[in-house]
Amino acid sequence: MTVVDTPAPPESEDPAGWILEQAISPRRRFFNGVASAWMIGSLLFALVPVVIIVVYVVSKGAGIVNFGFLTKDIPIVTQNPGGGIGPAIVGTLIITGMAALMAIPLGVLGAVYLNEYGGQNRVAKVIRFMADVMTGVPSIVMGLFIATIWVSSGMHFGYSGLAGSLALAALMLPIVIRSSEEMLKLVPDDLRQASDALGARRWRTVTSVVIPAALPGIVSGAMLAVARAAGETAPLLFTIGVTTGINANPFHGTNTTLSQEIWFNAQTPFAAAKDRAWGAALTLILIVFVFTVVARVVSNRFSTVRR
Amino acid sequence: MTALAPPGAPGAGEPIQGTAGGAGVDRTFRGIAVAAGLLVLAILALIAYTTTTKAWPAFTHQGISFVTGRNWNPNTNSFGALDFIYGTLLTATIALVLAVPASLGIALFITELAPRRLSNAVTYVVDMLAAIPSVVYGYWALAVLVSPATNFYSNIANSLGRVPGLSSLFGGSARGASFMTAGVILAIMIVPIITSLSREALITVSQDDKNGAIAMGATRIEMLRVAVFPRVRSGLIAAAMLGLGRAMGETIAVALIIGSSPKITSHLFRSGDTMASVIVHQFPEAVDIHRAALIGLGVVLFAITIAVNVAARAIANRSVLVGNAR
Repeated sequence: MTVVDTPAPPESEDPAGWILEQAISPRRRFFNGVASAWMIGSLLFALVPVVIIVVYVVSKGAGIVNFGFLTKDIPIVTQNPGGGIGPAIVGTLIITGMAALMAIPLGVLGAVYLNEYGGQNRVAKVIRFMADVMTGVPSIVMGLFIATIWVSSGMHFGYSGLAGSLALAALMLPIVIRSSEEMLKLVPDDLRQASDALGARRWRTVTSVVIPAALPGIVSGAMLAVARAAGETAPLLFTIGVTTGINANPFHGTNTTLSQEIWFNAQTPFAAAKDRAWGAALTLILIVFVFTVVARVVSNRFSTVRR
Repeated sequence: MTALAPPGAPGAGEPIQGTAGGAGVDRTFRGIAVAAGLLVLAILALIAYTTTTKAWPAFTHQGISFVTGRNWNPNTNSFGALDFIYGTLLTATIALVLAVPASLGIALFITELAPRRLSNAVTYVVDMLAAIPSVVYGYWALAVLVSPATNFYSNIANSLGRVPGLSSLFGGSARGASFMTAGVILAIMIVPIITSLSREALITVSQDDKNGAIAMGATRIEMLRVAVFPRVRSGLIAAAMLGLGRAMGETIAVALIIGSSPKITSHLFRSGDTMASVIVHQFPEAVDIHRAALIGLGVVLFAITIAVNVAARAIANRSVLVGNAR
């Protein structure tokens, strides 16, 4: 994603700046200044919330998060102090992990179809377009969808970690497809032709030449999708139920996640519950940031290899 | 093993006989890939079908007043959702009005103003904004923003509330948990997507075009106006619309800070409610027709966001085609 960039102008000179050294009307000078101030001022809109929110969550959560907090069960009575968020961490990792296991292989295969087989034919164009549209489907609608088709009506499987994973996988799928396709596009055709010339069939070319060449980019895109899914709340509220003990079995029984614990505890008036929510928020942000940073590192390494 | 293929015969994907993996494997692999692609269409169709079917009892019970009626009372089986639809549109509009100028400014800073190193850093910060989970935004705003906002809004209401015209937006009584607070948080949440899509549109403008304007003696803003904005107008519109779609579907943060009291008012400092926030608050306890009605809200939300996204993607694709054709 960071690969496409316009060539930067030489660092020392600013082509649009020289005119300002000439005698131009104060009005033109003024409007140019206003525009620059707007661009720089806009940065505050991104910078200030990030700094304030992260600092606040860290300051609230730092005193709460410790080994016991990360591993103990959630108190059955939420206003009671003590306990921890162990089950929510396990739930977040298992549910997001299951979603990734479903969405990433399917998404990469979908991208393989779009880039290696479909190309510009009509079906591929429709799928590409609808995958873009699908990234805009609200996460709560995915929750309702799985609730109606899987959990309480439809197949009547009831609450489980898997139900939440299905909702998250549906959210991740189009993101993985589109980001993987972008990466497959970057693989030079020479490699495919070389493989063809050696007599390899298409499936072998794809699995042993194209995908390995694009792998770091695919991994990076998939990690960003995982990061987004790990922070989701709305798709889980109607699908995984509630629990206060660790449930490592995604196929059976209710489960819980960090995001869901924050949502429940944030709405209570009890200090102990609110503290627990801050601790959970810090833990969740750390998990999400780790995924994001890993994605960044992988994609940076990718782009340096390419240069 | 045939050592030599007939000249010109084996094109891409039509390999020489006898290589590892038969034609069957090839066909199976292709089939799986096609199925994975078609899964997108299948899921979208399934969402539309199952949610509409489950919402049908509410739609037939309530008729057209489901989207035009204003009385939502599960106890009397009245499900008029207009107030929630209004709340969704109003909060998303506030978010867009705040986020579009900011996002465009950031995108221009990244592409036009900043040296490479700095623009990478800014991109990174904007990515972090996207990485903060919705529920954390909501909890933070609930804990930190909502109660001081009441005073802040009251002060604004006292001053601007006397100005004719503005009084209908900012006048009257003020609450911290309001359309405005929800709109501000939504704005922060959609800045990353609008910024990155605007940036993608802006970098398609060739440096030659920009240099042409600069060579004619244009200042930076004049260069943007004559050489850049006309080229990327549809890309920027698409970016804003995708941000709008995101804002309308955003659930958890809004549900925590909008105040949950259905209302249609032009006063931005009053509590309201949105479709997504009603669903998330009421669905866990809802049964029978109430449940159907909430799924119906989901159908309306799905339809609106799909329409916005389809329109936005169509505009974006057209702009890319125009760009390629040039």
